[in-house]
Formats: sequence, structure tokens, C-alpha cells
Amino acid sequence: MNLSGSRKDFLHIGLFGLGYLLLALLVNNSYYLLIMTIVPIWAVMGLSWNLFSGYSGLISFGHAAFFGLGAYLVALCMVVWNLNPWLTIVLATLTGGIAGLLVGIPTFRLRGHYFALAMLAYPLALLYIFEWLGYQEVALPMHREAPLAYMQFENQHFYIVIALLLLVTTLGITSVLSRSRFGMSLLAIKLDEDAAEAAGINTLYWKLLAITVSAAIAGAAGGFYAVVLLVVTPLAVFGMLVSAQALIFAMFGGVGTLWGPVLGAFILVPLSELLYARYAADFPGIQGVIYGMAIIAVILFAPQGILWKLQSLLKPGQIRMLGSTASVADFSVSQDLLVVTPQEHVSPILAVSGLSKSFGGLQATNDLNFEVRHGELLGIIGPNGAGKTTLFNLLNGFIHPDKGEINFRGQGLLKQRPNQRCAKGMARTFQVPKPFTHLSVLDNVVIGAYVHTRTKDEAGRHASAAIQIVGLHDQCDMPAANLTNKELRLMELARALACAPTLILVDEILAGLDPDAMQDVLEVLRRVRGLGITIIIIEHSMQAMVQLVDRFVVLDHGSLLAEGIPDIIMRNPLVIEAYLGKKWLEND
Amino acid sequence: MDALQYLENFLQSLVAGLLMGAMYGLMCVGLTIIFGVMRVINFAQGEFMMLGMYFAYFCFAWFGTWAFFDGLWFPFVLALLAGPAVFLFGVLLHRVLVNAVTGRKATQLEAQGHYAQLVLTLGIALVLQNGGLFIFGSTPVSVANELSYSAWEWGPMIGDRVSVFVNQAQTISAVLALLVVLIFGLVMARTRLGKSLRASADNPDAAIYMGINVDKAHRLAFGFGVGITAIGGGLLASNAPFTPYIGTEYVIIMYAGVVLGGLGSIRGAFLGGLTIGIVQQVSATILPNQLQNTVIFVFFLIIILFRPQGFFGKKDRTA
Repeated sequence: MNLSGSRKDFLHIGLFGLGYLLLALLVNNSYYLLIMTIVPIWAVMGLSWNLFSGYSGLISFGHAAFFGLGAYLVALCMVVWNLNPWLTIVLATLTGGIAGLLVGIPTFRLRGHYFALAMLAYPLALLYIFEWLGYQEVALPMHREAPLAYMQFENQHFYIVIALLLLVTTLGITSVLSRSRFGMSLLAIKLDEDAAEAAGINTLYWKLLAITVSAAIAGAAGGFYAVVLLVVTPLAVFGMLVSAQALIFAMFGGVGTLWGPVLGAFILVPLSELLYARYAADFPGIQGVIYGMAIIAVILFAPQGILWKLQSLLKPGQIRMLGSTASVADFSVSQDLLVVTPQEHVSPILAVSGLSKSFGGLQATNDLNFEVRHGELLGIIGPNGAGKTTLFNLLNGFIHPDKGEINFRGQGLLKQRPNQRCAKGMARTFQVPKPFTHLSVLDNVVIGAYVHTRTKDEAGRHASAAIQIVGLHDQCDMPAANLTNKELRLMELARALACAPTLILVDEILAGLDPDAMQDVLEVLRRVRGLGITIIIIEHSMQAMVQLVDRFVVLDHGSLLAEGIPDIIMRNPLVIEAYLGKKWLEND
Repeated sequence: MDALQYLENFLQSLVAGLLMGAMYGLMCVGLTIIFGVMRVINFAQGEFMMLGMYFAYFCFAWFGTWAFFDGLWFPFVLALLAGPAVFLFGVLLHRVLVNAVTGRKATQLEAQGHYAQLVLTLGIALVLQNGGLFIFGSTPVSVANELSYSAWEWGPMIGDRVSVFVNQAQTISAVLALLVVLIFGLVMARTRLGKSLRASADNPDAAIYMGINVDKAHRLAFGFGVGITAIGGGLLASNAPFTPYIGTEYVIIMYAGVVLGGLGSIRGAFLGGLTIGIVQQVSATILPNQLQNTVIFVFFLIIILFRPQGFFGKKDRTA
């Protein structure tokens, strides 16, 4: 928890709300008051979109679905049952949240392009369904006798108060969530979903949470929108422009920031409304054109939005991102934090039996059997295409085997997702390092530490210990993008270590390093092993490995070719043949 | 209704689906070229289709009164001409805007520029459809002539029952659509131009080393993609009234077809569009008319959720 950061946000939010209210009290023109009511509603929509898409990087073109459901719920409840909006806006919030969850569960199977396209289909499908149901135009009935109960105030200032309440609440929720584990986890997903999952983050859970909260907010905004405009049509609430506006305000103001969506809405909504009022007769589509041009300009000139552009102009070189501002290294901690205690010893720590996986006709892993003892340093070697990385992907759960069992510390693993395997103590590094380049080294490692720690401070301590073990304390505030190849690999190792694993899968950590750097990394690996952590390391070249490992497992074409201590493996004719070819053996 | 009546309805909608589907297929081919070569999801594709429609409409309104252009063939020629016109516009737009977030520029952007591309093309879509409202007006228009209301009758097939009416304008449009796809397929497969496009799609870096101007290839691919879709739009223009907002619903129809056929495959895209046409028309015999598009969207969701790699043309990545 970063209380001071949140407190500062709350202060700003409060001041902003008061200032806006005072400004509204000075205005008496009913048209301007209407605009002043609508602006916060769109700011809420922008924040809603931002809370999901801005932080997670999964672009939603479908927020109109939640907005529209909220709007129709409020309108129809009032028409049919005379329910008051106070109640139905709450219901709209719940409905939005449930809809978000229901949309998220199937749609999160998709990533990137596909996700964005699928999201587009939901509101458009709903649009036609509501037209077919005969709700082309639902007008809210007048209840002048009970203005308070039905939110039909004479004095427009009341609407602004309610809109502001919605906005202030949404800002508060965004501030708290973005500074918690939520913000960090979504950021990790945005930067690299696979790496996040392997670092023990339950990506599905966080994405579902994000879309549920975001859709609930959109539902509330839609509900109140219906109350303000008094008429609901399918195109106005489910139309493409609604989703587009939410996205545009957030991206224009600043993606993944607290104030960006508000800024976007406060600039673009009045601009387009005023121009529309003036030129609508000659130029009916002027709003859409303005929004379209605004977003084109942003993409071309300030791809992350105005706030980020301003920040990079005012404070060049600063790489802080929202949600990651609180990690402070604490090098007074003992490295013992990460030691595997004797009570945790289970041997064999890992047992693989009958493991097979084929891709089409290619047998990548073929009936593999081997065991790894606790505390061992096992090397897996084999020529290119021997199935080494596939084996790691099977072990850590990125892919599922066709056949076979994986037993880790006495438990079957096959039903577990990668993040669960990580939480059980199995961490991994990647052949091609997957750093979160925008984050500092420390924040990169903190993400790994989140798995088993409850608070950000605790995560910070574990991360600090891990960074000390790999010897990166001097670089810990640098953005990961500035690291050398060796440092990048050590950071990967630290990230895996910060999960407090009992077993680390190390994938070609030495590839492309010069001999000196290689020796440094080997030294670090020995130190890690000294903590009682079991290591399985994949490597291409045998030479470096011979000095390091206790035992080799040799793979060729997905099958186990040989296993044993280095001395014996080095002289095994099968191994020599696999590496160097038959000719070599004959000439020897 | 008895069984024969059902049969007649079914056959009727199947034929209508095939004819509409051929036009959808053509539009899908346009979309898939852009994805296949540039790896870009063009959100504004529906708006280029709309431009094709209005091109046909305005040329028809302006020149249609001249005696020489009086013939029934004129709207179809206009539809084909919409291709080169929108091609030029697309090439220009690529140079000015799209190029900033695609091709070699994309590698410097977050997530290979995917988000920037989606959002930029969304912006283009908004500007085109709302600007279209200003330029073209919001009154629904169409390019209908006698052929749109004429049909050949097949049958009666069983006794004096079960006759299928085949709309003449749609049939000519469908044949033209198929021809355009075949010609373009040949261009891609046989010519130097096609080779350079395919090489740029396959491996942009290697293509550069082989002396291919990848920027130019991308520009051409974008132009061809939007031009071909515009021809589809021009052919559809004689079919039903439209407004500048028509693009949004068709962009989903196109993506449904393209994803169904496997992103990037020309043959797959055409077959995908054909399937979507059939699904749309046949579903209309069971479900209310307003839900036609909902059916497509739900169908699209089902495909994308359960088989995002598509059904057709997996090995046949011609684009």
C-alpha cells in the first residue's frame, strides 16, 4: 500500500470535484449546464475503458455493450415498473459488471487483434436485438410530482452533482486499484502476458476482475446517461461511437493514467458539442469527424496521449509508470529470505514419466522419463531441435502434453496453470529474455515476488534479496531497456528467484555471452544453488556446462539419449554422434 | 406452410446467399490482402466499401442521364471503376497516414504497432463515415435499375411448385465479383508484382535484401485491398439503399468471412465471405429479419472464439 500516493490522489480528486461544482454554480445557461453534466459522464466512460484497456493493453471496442445495457435497464425499469433511478442505477452497475464477466470469460481466450474484433461484435449484436425487441426509442416517463425520487430536477445543478459523484467515485476506485497489486499485475500483462503468467501472476483472474469493474462503471454511466437525456435509442447507447468515444478520451488524455481520460473528455466533449450546436445544420457528422481527427492526431504525434507527452517533455528520461511507483529497494534484508529450508526438502523434487508431445507430425517430446533430486544442478543438453525448450514449456505449463505425468514435490502438475506452478515453487527464465522494458529492474523483479507475498513492501524485500544474490544492486533503478545482455539475463534470474522457488528452470542463460560474462553468470548460478534451490538448466554448448552441473540429461529428437555425470556423458558415443555426426566417431 | 413451401424458401435463400456471398467474398478478399501483406487490421475497410458505393451512385447520377450511358450495363461498369478510384485514394492515405504506424515504422512501436494501427484506422473510419454524412447526405440512396427488379425463374421443379427466382442484377454482380477475385488471384500468383507482394508478406526484411521496395509493396497492397473492397461496395450499391454509416455493420461481416477463411488467405477469404452470405440469408428464413446481422455477429463470435485460425485455406497462404 502506498498510502501517501493514494492520499495525494484523494486530495486532488476532492479539490477537482469542489472546483467543478463551484464553476457549475456560476453557470446558469441551461445548454452549458447540460454540457457540464455530460462531460463528467463521458469522463467516467473514459476512465472505465482505461481501467480495463488502458492498464491491461487489451483494446476493447465494445464498451458500448455495458453502457447500453445500463441505459436500457434504467429506462425500461422506469417505463415498465416505475422503478426510481437511484435503485436502477445500482442495478445497472451490477448488470454491467455481470455482463463484463460473461463477456470476459469466453473472450479472454483471444489476444491482440482477435480480442479487439470480438469485443466489437457484442454491442453491435445487442443493438440489433434491441431494435428487434421494438425498443427503437424508449422515452422515460415524466414524474414531476416526485423530482427527487425520479431524478427529474428543475434545477440542473443537481444533475451535475450526481454526475460529479459518479466521476469522483470512479477516480477514487481507479486510484486505489492502480496503486495496488491490480495495477502492477495488469501492467505486467500489458507488457508481456506470457512472462507475467510465468512469474506467477494469475493473468485470467486479473483480466476478469478488470473487465468486471470496468464494465460495472460503464453500466452506471449508461444508466445515468439515460436519466439525463430522457430518451434511449439503440444507436445512441450501443453504437460504435460510444465505444469509440470511451477509447478516444482515454487515449487522447493519457493511457493508463488517473487523469488522462478526464482530460480527454474535458477537452473533446465541449469542443465537439459546441461545434455541433453551431454547425450541425450544415455538417451533421461534425462530432464524429472531430473525434476521428483527434485520435488520428494522437496516434501520430503523442501515441500514449497528452499527459505522457507532457511528462516526456517536462521530465525527459523518467520512466515511472503508474502503479509501479512505490517499489523501493531495501538491501538491508538478508538473502536468507530465499533459502530453501530443510523442511521443504522433497526428493525427488521432480519426476517426469512417459511425457510425450507432438506438433502435427513432429514428435517434439517422445516418452521422456527422468527424475531430479533435491538440490541438484541438472543440465539438459542436446542439439538444435532436440526438444529442450518444449520440455520446459511442458514443465511450466505453457503447453499441455499428449501423454505422461509431471510430478513436482510429490504432486501431479498437469491440471495447474503456469502461474499456479510458479506459486508452488517452480520458476523459469526465458531463452529470449522477456523483460518489462519500461519498468525499472527492481519493478521487474517485484512482479515476480508478488506471487507469494501479501503486501508491496514484502514483495520489495524479496525482490531486493533476489537482486543482491544476482549482484544487480547498482542497476536496480535503471529501466530494464538499458541493461546489457548479461545484466538482462541476471535480471531474469532475479525475477525467477523473487518467486521464492524451490526449482528454477533456466533456459539458455549463457547463449551469446562472452567468456568473462559466462564465468560471472556461472558464479551466480552456483550461489543460487547454495541457497538450496534446485536448478535445471538448458544449454546448447557442453563446455560451459561441464564445469557447472552435477548430472546431464541428453535429448535428441525429443527422446532421452543418455543421462549421467558429465565425465561419462562426455565419452558416450551416442552423445558424440548426436552432436558431431557419425564421421567424427569413425575418424577418432 | 407445407414441406414444399419450406423447400422453396430454403432454396430461394440459398441462391440469394450464394449471390450475396460472392459479393461479400470479394470484399473479404480486399480486407485479407491488407492483412496478409501488411499484418494490419484495417478497421476502416467498411468505409472504403462505402466510398465505392457512393462513387457508383454519384457517377450514375451525373452521367446516367447521358444517352450513351443509358444502358443497363452502366452501373456494373461504375462498380468496377470504383476499384481504381478508391485504389488511388487508398494509396494516398497510406502515404499520408497509415504508413506512419505500419511497415518498418511498426517495429518501433509498442506491440508491433497493432494498437496504433487499430486506433488509427478507427479514426479514419470515424472521419470518413461522418465526413461522408456531410458530403453525401444522410438520405438512403441506391443505384437501382431494371435489372435489380428482374429475376430469372427456375422451375417449377416439382409439379407446379417450388420455383426459385434468381435476381438478375445480383447474378451479374456475383459473376463479376468472382471474375475480379480470379483475376487478382492470377496477378498474385503469376506476375512480378504478385511475387513482390507475396515476398513482402512472407518476410519483409528478406524482401528488402532481395531489392524489393517493401514500402511500395505495402502501399500497393493497401490500395488493392481497399480498391477491391470498393468494387464489392459498388456491386452491392445496386442491391439495397445505403447511407454513409453502412460501413460499420459490413466491417464485421467482412471480418467474419476473413477469420472464417483464415486471416491472410485469398481463397479462404472468398469462401468465408460466401459462407457468411449463405448463413445470413438462410437464417433469415427461420429468424426475424432484424436479427440477420445479429446472427452474423454471433456466428462471428463463435468462429473467433472456437477456431480463430479459420476453417479454409490454412496451407494456402497466397497473400
